[in-house]
Amino acid sequence: MTSDQETSSASESNSEQISPIRIYLAGRGSSATADKSFVGLMLLCALSIFAIVLFIAYQLTISSSLSLHKFGVGFFFRSAWDPVNGNFGALPFIFGTLVTSFLALLISVPLAIGVAVFITEMCPQAFRTSLSFLTELLAAIPSVVYGLWAIFVLIPLMRDYVNPVLIHLLGWTGLFGGYNLGLGLLTAGVILAIMILPIISSLTREVMMAVPHSQREAVLALGATRWEMIRIGVLQNARIGIVGAVILGLGRALGETMAVTMVIGNSPKISHSLLAPGHTMASVIANEFSEASDDMYLSALIEIGLALFIVTVIVNAFARLLVWAVTRGAPDRAA
Amino acid sequence: MSEDFKGGRLNSIVRTVENHFVTGLAVLSTVLVVAPLVAVFSYLLYKGASSLNWAFFTKLPVPVGETGGGMANSIIGSAVVLGLGSLLGIPVGIAAGVYLAEFGRGRVLANMVRFTADVLNGVPSIVMGISVYALIVLREKHFSAYAGGAALGIMMVPTITRTTEEMLLTVPHNIREAALGLGVPNWRAVCSVMLRTASPGIITGCMLAFARVAGETAPLLFTAFGNEFWPTGLNQPIAALPLQIYTYAISPYDDQHRLAWAGALVLIVLIMVSVTLVRYVTSRGVLKGAS
Repeated sequence: MTSDQETSSASESNSEQISPIRIYLAGRGSSATADKSFVGLMLLCALSIFAIVLFIAYQLTISSSLSLHKFGVGFFFRSAWDPVNGNFGALPFIFGTLVTSFLALLISVPLAIGVAVFITEMCPQAFRTSLSFLTELLAAIPSVVYGLWAIFVLIPLMRDYVNPVLIHLLGWTGLFGGYNLGLGLLTAGVILAIMILPIISSLTREVMMAVPHSQREAVLALGATRWEMIRIGVLQNARIGIVGAVILGLGRALGETMAVTMVIGNSPKISHSLLAPGHTMASVIANEFSEASDDMYLSALIEIGLALFIVTVIVNAFARLLVWAVTRGAPDRAA
Repeated sequence: MSEDFKGGRLNSIVRTVENHFVTGLAVLSTVLVVAPLVAVFSYLLYKGASSLNWAFFTKLPVPVGETGGGMANSIIGSAVVLGLGSLLGIPVGIAAGVYLAEFGRGRVLANMVRFTADVLNGVPSIVMGISVYALIVLREKHFSAYAGGAALGIMMVPTITRTTEEMLLTVPHNIREAALGLGVPNWRAVCSVMLRTASPGIITGCMLAFARVAGETAPLLFTAFGNEFWPTGLNQPIAALPLQIYTYAISPYDDQHRLAWAGALVLIVLIMVSVTLVRYVTSRGVLKGAS
């Protein structure tokens, strides 16, 4: 609001005597046209972000119209996946996505909050930056490299050490039956957990730092221990933002493709065992898209993509609103 | 009275123990988080460094069964696709960021753009891949470097928009006032003063977006598609480093696994260098020279 008005009022006060500067400026001509077109160009680019979202929604809807018309909403409740006979349903993939994402959250949320608490409240100042940098490095590793590592390290590790223990201890629940191949829903959940940890922990850190220091000081002044201070003064205040961070992590987990495709075993079956191979919505697209020979097959895969798009948009929008609600107006105290 | 006192003592012991217990848990979780990082890196270094050689950077892939060969075409292909993506993503992203920071302050439209950019950031990359596939590949009936570049470019836009906006907001207001006070047109003030002052931050934002999409495989699967030979044109399927790593990782041959590790090491070194550089520049204070 200010700068334009200020410049115009400043030039008005000088307008009685015609200064050489004014003559020079008048000679340069008006910048109104240039200014307007510049703003217009910038606005156009800003609007292109809407355009991208609309373009994705439009393209996916158009390209999946064949399967949208044939199966309707029932597509998401059918468990048939038979490319040969053109009979498609997305239930196994929705199941796989939900199970792996849930496992990933189960593993990563406590760890992420622990790390965030340690970095913001306990860690000596000297390590703070380097530790948060290390967790951010985890986020910079590409999905395909995680997948590569998982194939050669995580899968043997799960097969030989983790899964036998789980079968022995928790076999009675029926969740760990079947063959122990090393790959499967559980391994996919573990690799997803590693991948979504950095985003959850960095956002949790951000909302925890947005909690005013006076809150901490007030609780400490009442004689609280450090943990009580963190629990009452910090976590209590930041809880909505932490929920937002977790949901954002969920959004990442839902759409994560390559690493999951490489370890989940790729089988369109719903199984009650976490050790069984499965498929997620993203992994079935990555794995079968190039094999999709006929239009119906392709359109069914694109419809899964459309569903994934809609779900992630809703999840992300919700999470962003929660994080914004907490960090908005907070003083800028980022480490 | 003394009963109360004893209760207080017990309570305080419980609280102290609880405090130490939770501190222990936090330390433990930090260790558990750093462990996979160390595990991934050390294994990658161990496997990748032993497979890296000169041929990796200069030779084409060889057919299964022959030893040797490299990923030269994938490295060039990645550079081409990333270059195309940057051509699309960087100007649009920066311009959108300029709008948000300079012209859209406090407007509903700007808030909506900002929100949409954040949401777009969370859309899975494979979804970008299939939308670009539907737009370009289905229409032209063949895979191409263009399509790969478009997918990556779209992914870069939201990140660059948000960092550009943040960086422009850190430029002190009086620098802009000084420029406008000289009678410089508004657009000129933004281009030559605001953007220039914030340029270290904006460049690091671009590198961050670049590093993020450099490792993306999913959006390239059905757009750039991959290629065993030297790139011949932008209208042809083109190889890319992450794609080749994926293909080799899921293949059953040891030679190809070795190449996959070497490729992953090269990719990660590229990404780490840019991320560390970003960290270095931002920690030094983006506007040190300016303010």
